[in-house]
Amino acid sequence: MDKAEAKKRKKRNRLIYRSIILAVMVGAIIFAVVSNLQEDKTIYRVGDQAPDFQLKQINKNNDQETITLSELRGKGVMLNFWGTWCKPCEKEMPYMQELYPEYKEKGIEIVAVSLDNTELVVDRFIDKYGLTFPIPHDKTEEVRDLYKVGPIPSTFFISPEGEIVEIVNGALSLEKLEGSLNKILP
Amino acid sequence: MKEIKCECGHVNPIGTVLCESCGKPIEGNQHIDGNDKKRLLNMRYDGTARRSQTFNKTFIDKVWAFFSSVKVGVWLIVLALIASILGTIFPQEQYIPINAPNRDPAVFYEAQYGIFGLIYYQLGFHNLYSSVWYMILIALIGVSLVICSLDRFLPLYKALKIQKPKKHKTFLSRQRLYSESENVTDEELKLVKERLAKMRYDITEENGNLLAEKGRFSRWGPYVNHIGLIIILIAAILRMTPIFYFEEYVWVREGETTVIPGTDGEYYIENIDFIFDVHDDEKFAEALEKEGMVPSNYQTDLIVYRADTPLPGAEPELKPILEDSVQMNKPLEFDKFTIYQSGYQLNEFSSMTFAIQEKDNEENDFGSFTIDLTNPESEYELDNGFRVVIDQYYPDYYLDENGVPASETNYPRNPAFVFLVYPPDENAPEISFVGIGRNVDATGENNYKLGIQDFDMRDVSGLSVKYDRSLPFFGIGAAIFMIGVIQGMYWQHRRIWINPNNGKVLLAAHTNKNWFGIKKEIEIAIKDTNITMVEDQQELDKSS
Repeated sequence: MDKAEAKKRKKRNRLIYRSIILAVMVGAIIFAVVSNLQEDKTIYRVGDQAPDFQLKQINKNNDQETITLSELRGKGVMLNFWGTWCKPCEKEMPYMQELYPEYKEKGIEIVAVSLDNTELVVDRFIDKYGLTFPIPHDKTEEVRDLYKVGPIPSTFFISPEGEIVEIVNGALSLEKLEGSLNKILP
Repeated sequence: MKEIKCECGHVNPIGTVLCESCGKPIEGNQHIDGNDKKRLLNMRYDGTARRSQTFNKTFIDKVWAFFSSVKVGVWLIVLALIASILGTIFPQEQYIPINAPNRDPAVFYEAQYGIFGLIYYQLGFHNLYSSVWYMILIALIGVSLVICSLDRFLPLYKALKIQKPKKHKTFLSRQRLYSESENVTDEELKLVKERLAKMRYDITEENGNLLAEKGRFSRWGPYVNHIGLIIILIAAILRMTPIFYFEEYVWVREGETTVIPGTDGEYYIENIDFIFDVHDDEKFAEALEKEGMVPSNYQTDLIVYRADTPLPGAEPELKPILEDSVQMNKPLEFDKFTIYQSGYQLNEFSSMTFAIQEKDNEENDFGSFTIDLTNPESEYELDNGFRVVIDQYYPDYYLDENGVPASETNYPRNPAFVFLVYPPDENAPEISFVGIGRNVDATGENNYKLGIQDFDMRDVSGLSVKYDRSLPFFGIGAAIFMIGVIQGMYWQHRRIWINPNNGKVLLAAHTNKNWFGIKKEIEIAIKDTNITMVEDQQELDKSS
């Protein structure tokens, strides 16, 4: 009868050590997967809070001196990253300007972060298209790095609560832009 | 299948093929190793029970049994292989071309590759190698590796530990090397034993039965090897975490300070000077003439700052923490990071000086002005009353598809300007277009022209900033892997059994490799005795 007892114990021990080994391995896999997703956390996705920043505003048609994102709480924010040399950016600018006065009334701010090196080029561009929305200048590309913006244009639509509602990589059409702006109305 | 008590008295676990103690083939289990169809015994894992079965199978046992199968392991590897191949059919998400009409993967793949692109995207192959399911697939290979190894190593270890010198006749006669001898004296047996011991065999004796064994150590090679693989796999997992691995690439222009990406704006780097030297030794003049320019040094003199930024984008407060130079193959370390000199671009324009000249007589000079290309002013006024307004500035001039002047990049690689020149006391400007090798009088009625008098160039240095703390783990894993390979390759596990049986002496031998070697040793051991030399029965299998 001792033998049966020993056998039973052996079986139980085996179950325990198998459970432990499996648990350790499953734990390691979960750690790997989660930490891999966590790394992606530095990329801000739809549903995340938009990280705050502060930049000098260089559009002379707009009277703000600096733009601080957190100060725009309560307004829907279209955060656009662009450069004068980028053709698709240039294409969507008139659409943004066309809709700006109307949507500003409705409580939306268009913030077009310029990634240009020189202010002069941006000034000339603003004159060419008669832009009136704030254009912060990200000369060191720190904010670009913060938002992990790859190729431009890239646009983040941010709700009045500061949450990223939509991210568009690539140029926007007028209809698409209007549809997206309607999503972030206060 | 059930536990089987062998006639030698040993109780074997379920699924045992050859009795752990005496080696007698266990009836009903011979199909497992295919012994039922062969003359010789399959000695893999010494015929131990591997996929241990239990009567009351719990969930854990079922999972265990699944991963314990080598077949499952091979399939996992095949699946990972196929998945990896699929990921290379179309570019991965991060390699979608910059100039694509729409870089949103939801649109790009279908627009570019049609229905296959759409399927590719929907199945998630556009982001394959960091996708959760791909990682899990790789991890499952690791799990299979661990469980397969454990389930084979432990029974083998046990079986080799409890093996007895006395083996069943069937076991002996079905070994590849086997002989039966008559009229063998005890003295002869003793002599053979001594000779075997001299050849560094471990001898176990029991009631006149003899087991000589050496190189059992070799059998652990594959398992040591697997431990190495598992460590490498763990290192690969660790490398995915930011704690263990960081790599960023940054372009810094001479005289400029840039944030090191990925550091949350904590570090800035300033390029003081980029140095690009070429070989110009007289001795090699001839060779250099043939080869052209041969670089001898790539170097950046730089300052690293730690920044105190209240808010990203706001003017940072910079504290220099390192002022040094980095050369190719001579990286620079600061805090936890290492900076490598990884790229360069020479000769970007940094400033240009223009002279106002009379169009028909260039000798007639009305003074000059200098434009800082990193920060051009919109207007330049000369002492003599001339005023020049920059109407347009194209840092990297080209004509776009519509023939309109535009800038290709953000950087002054091919600067061009549209100037409005206001002569003193004039309100109507003259328009001229000036670039490298270009000087266009738009109206053809200009009295003055602008000539490039001088320019300054600067270089751009490409630096990669990284740390990789997983490397030691890869090193340890690879070393253990190699030890395992050597252990399994350069040693052989040899066993010789000598059992008296009904007045005869049965001799059988087994090795996991180098059968020639073990035959040679048997020959030496039985020299000048009545023991018959073993016969290699391998041919029997082939003919049967």
